[in-house]
Amino acid sequence: MGDFTMPSLGADMKAGILVAWRVKAGDRVRHGDIIAEVETDKGLFEVEVFEDGVVDSIRMQPGWDKIPVGTVLATIRAEGAKAEIPAVAAEKGAGERVKASPAARKRAAELGIDLATVQGSGPQGAIGLADVERPAGGEKPAEKATAGAEKKKTPAEFQAGMRRAIAAAMSRSNREIPHYYLETDIDMSRALAWLQEENGRRPIRERLLPAVLLIKAVAKALEEVPELNGHWTQERLQLKKKMHIGFAVALRGGGLITPALHDAGRKSLDQLMAALSDLIGRTRAGRLRASEITDATITLTSLGDLGVRTVYGVIYPPQVALVGFGRIADRPWAEKGLLGVRPVLTATLAADHRATDGHHGARFLEALDRALEEPEKL
Amino acid sequence: MTDEEIKEKIVRTLARIAPEADLDEVDPGKNMREELDIDSYDFLNLLIGLNEELGVEIPEADYEKVATLTDLIRYLSRRLA
Repeated sequence: MGDFTMPSLGADMKAGILVAWRVKAGDRVRHGDIIAEVETDKGLFEVEVFEDGVVDSIRMQPGWDKIPVGTVLATIRAEGAKAEIPAVAAEKGAGERVKASPAARKRAAELGIDLATVQGSGPQGAIGLADVERPAGGEKPAEKATAGAEKKKTPAEFQAGMRRAIAAAMSRSNREIPHYYLETDIDMSRALAWLQEENGRRPIRERLLPAVLLIKAVAKALEEVPELNGHWTQERLQLKKKMHIGFAVALRGGGLITPALHDAGRKSLDQLMAALSDLIGRTRAGRLRASEITDATITLTSLGDLGVRTVYGVIYPPQVALVGFGRIADRPWAEKGLLGVRPVLTATLAADHRATDGHHGARFLEALDRALEEPEKL
Repeated sequence: MTDEEIKEKIVRTLARIAPEADLDEVDPGKNMREELDIDSYDFLNLLIGLNEELGVEIPEADYEKVATLTDLIRYLSRRLA
């Protein structure tokens, strides 16, 4: 039996609102299925389950009260295991048995409803099947129950929540993480020439954005310096094998979310472009999954579109590094005694000095430079 | 197709990509991406949308020729002529 709890969808998130269930008791679920929707200060997220089994009981109904992180929302039993019918559910007060029909008891157990909380409409307040299926709101719990659209946040409320979430995460970062910063200038001539030629061959729908090359190059560099791919938890660096690269996406109207591009290291450029498009679209539409909020192992932020030259980022805890990219712009470039003009990109690394030293960071930036010098190998 | 009709297509395409962007507030002679505060991802989607609406595919090499709203309308008008 596994507990499905209110997830922590961000550094310092204390509680969330259960907005809707996508499943009901008795439903079969598989690892990765979206089973609930949770709202935090950063918006609405689809929450996945991470085991195979059957929804044994729904413990919490959607509502506008904040539920603390870690609270059991539902229980999932492994397939084939017997349903757990809590004895307490059929009792009222000290030994006073609730009057309920067998069908109502069975249904209540399936839905995880405590019969003591149900108002019976039968003789002497006996609870019938209809009473169980018609809780307070009048809506059948078996159907997608939502907390109601009337409480939808205004843009101002959303912005206030977004700023609170960013404030909590960034304050914690600044308080706890001793950042060190390194930067390097990268000659992007080869990467851009390769991209232009590649895109010239492709129909417009299949064109690649320079950001995709940067993501892939970061993944390649992390292969050489895996110490930057991980989380600082329990006073030590926990390296992560998979590279889930958090990509900073600015929201229209303000705010920022850095959802993870799952397993970016193993994706081809085309797969990364498709994944990035999907991710940006869903981020801006407010349809992200919880795992995309929690899984990032490093963050990449590119402010080049805004003409910024250098980005000194603030690490998103518990991650240990953030890579910042500025604008690719023509700049004077000296090489082999000759001065020329090249498209140049300044790449910055903000890293957690508890987890790594400048030596690691320098190796990472050097590997990143090398990866972008050989775009055909990306 | 008249310039006004092309502009209407741009407005409609933009509404799908960046609903809050208002083309009427854009200085037609200034960089459209900066004026609308849209990033390279949105800009590519705008060009993909215009390709679907008008059948004109704008090569990357021509991006500089479509930087402002005036430039974009002029460019599309020529390609459609």
